[in-house]
Amino acid sequence: MRIGDFKESYAADEAVFSTTTSRFWLMVLFVLLAMFPFWAGEYLLYMANITGIAIVAALGLNILTGATGQISLGHAAFVGIGAYTSAILANRFGLPFLLCLPLAGLASAFFGVLVGAPSMRMKGLYLCITTLAAQVIFEFFFVHWESLTGGIRGLNITSPQIFGLDIGTEFGFYWVTLAVVVIAATVSRNIFRTRVGRAFIAIRDRDISAELMGINLFRYKLYAFATSSFLAGIAGCLWVNHLKSITPEHFPLHESIRFLAMIIVGGLGNILGAIYGAIFMTLIPEVLQTILKFFEGIFPQAMSFLFPLQTVVFGLLIVVFLVFEPHGLAEMWVRVKSYFRLWPFKH
Amino acid sequence: MEFFLLLLTSGIAVGGVYALIALGFVLIYKATSIINFATGEFMMIGAYIFYSCTVLAGWPAIPSFLIVMAGAGLLGLLVEKTILRHMLGQPTISIIMVTIGLSSILMGLAEMIWSSQFKSFPALFPRAPIIIGDLIIRSNLFWGFVVAMVTVAIFALIFKYAKVGVAMRATAGDQLAAFSMGINVRSMFTLAWIFGSIAASIGGLIVGNIGGVQPNLGGIGLKIFPVVILGGLDSIGGAVLGGFIVGIVENLAGGYLDPLVGGGVKNVAPFVVLVIILMVRPYGLFGRKEIERL
Repeated sequence: MRIGDFKESYAADEAVFSTTTSRFWLMVLFVLLAMFPFWAGEYLLYMANITGIAIVAALGLNILTGATGQISLGHAAFVGIGAYTSAILANRFGLPFLLCLPLAGLASAFFGVLVGAPSMRMKGLYLCITTLAAQVIFEFFFVHWESLTGGIRGLNITSPQIFGLDIGTEFGFYWVTLAVVVIAATVSRNIFRTRVGRAFIAIRDRDISAELMGINLFRYKLYAFATSSFLAGIAGCLWVNHLKSITPEHFPLHESIRFLAMIIVGGLGNILGAIYGAIFMTLIPEVLQTILKFFEGIFPQAMSFLFPLQTVVFGLLIVVFLVFEPHGLAEMWVRVKSYFRLWPFKH
Repeated sequence: MEFFLLLLTSGIAVGGVYALIALGFVLIYKATSIINFATGEFMMIGAYIFYSCTVLAGWPAIPSFLIVMAGAGLLGLLVEKTILRHMLGQPTISIIMVTIGLSSILMGLAEMIWSSQFKSFPALFPRAPIIIGDLIIRSNLFWGFVVAMVTVAIFALIFKYAKVGVAMRATAGDQLAAFSMGINVRSMFTLAWIFGSIAASIGGLIVGNIGGVQPNLGGIGLKIFPVVILGGLDSIGGAVLGGFIVGIVENLAGGYLDPLVGGGVKNVAPFVVLVIILMVRPYGLFGRKEIERL
């Protein structure tokens, strides 16, 4: 049990990782993450990279939906805008990766503000449906603005470089993803400690009282849309530089729902939750595939069930978590920890 | 002019189907304030049950139709009792995501049971196109429209005159007052889901009859959002009118703009209308304006 939990300075009180133990485990985590690419194979590195990209996008959605309470069904479209911006800048103007990254974020943030503008008059369900419309309309542009986006054939880009170093391999890209994930997690954790972040949470909890306390609802909702889609754009830029090609099929409505599922399964409004959720939802299809491969010996057609089974499990996870564990994986983790901390006592 | 009339009539015919599906959505929203993102999948399940009865089991159309209604009612009942009963009073995002999860489950199950291959119904109606004056309408489209309109009319009559219908309207108006008048509010919630599911499944039959059945047939369910927002989320008359407007707009936009931009306008036009409506009149043409009190 944690005892003697008192603070002697404001700095100690405000620290994100308040105990030596948690700082120690954080260091262990970083060491493990740094060692990971040296023993992991190509496939594991690929998984790590797509998980990292999903984490950045989920962190973005977590700011908008988890913390500010504005449901977005168009997050994949913002990831797509980031990806297309980055590909177009790299192809047409030959901009380097490090410049494309923030520009992709800014482009996405711009469109995020545009989509968020109706939040001046609407909220809740209506705003959710606006973002659904945005998703459909952006998808239309991805497909039909052929001169810019390459239509359904999409775009291809060359291997990205940082100061002459090729990062197009899974190994090289791992370091980029890792760095961006760490920065994104740190930034979004710290946003919630600032005036702006607290305003977000106030809006989520009760928008009218937030307004009475002097929070300009419209402005702060736009901030939330902008930061959220900025991170989505960054994720999109990573995404295109990782796979080196994009087509509109990569950013359907289903992808937006997958991001929402990540933050719900992980725990709404919780940074660690968004991270757990992104990891969990990215790994589940692979786990299912492994299980079905195992059954293939007994049951030869097992693999043909892979896709529908993924769809069912995806839906079941959302429903089961919402009905039985609305605070998600993050809350489950806390419960497990406190159980072991108190063991063998119950309370 | 002929082209315009052609687009207009097919728009009206499709709009009738949208009206029916939107009716299923509005029934559930009105009674329980739950936004059912799985409406499209309810349609798909209805169409697949019909396919199983007519093609796989070889039964005639009328008994199969009754089985579809029973099956859809059962599905609505199950969904309400097992999942959505727990979600009453939860935040909007939870309710939206639960129905999205449900739609994913139904879609996956349908693909497991019936495979992802394209299936089609036996011919239900005479194949000869319907000719009104100079206009030629595809027979499936015409009969689909007739079935949709008859169903909408039956639902409207139930709401206007039948005791259950009046009780449901009372529940939608004021739950507490309805409860004190001896109406079983909970069973009204269940009934709303049953009715909503039946309306959607009949819509699914019509769509399946026009274009065949596939697990992603439910994708058309997204179009109900422009329809219901246009008409007002809680207005049945609005849903019907919204259905026609969206059907006509998408066909006209598709017919005239597709050659200019290279296709796909039909699917995006309803959402452009949606954005405009949300900007100008968020509560729709006939919806109740929400007033928030502290």
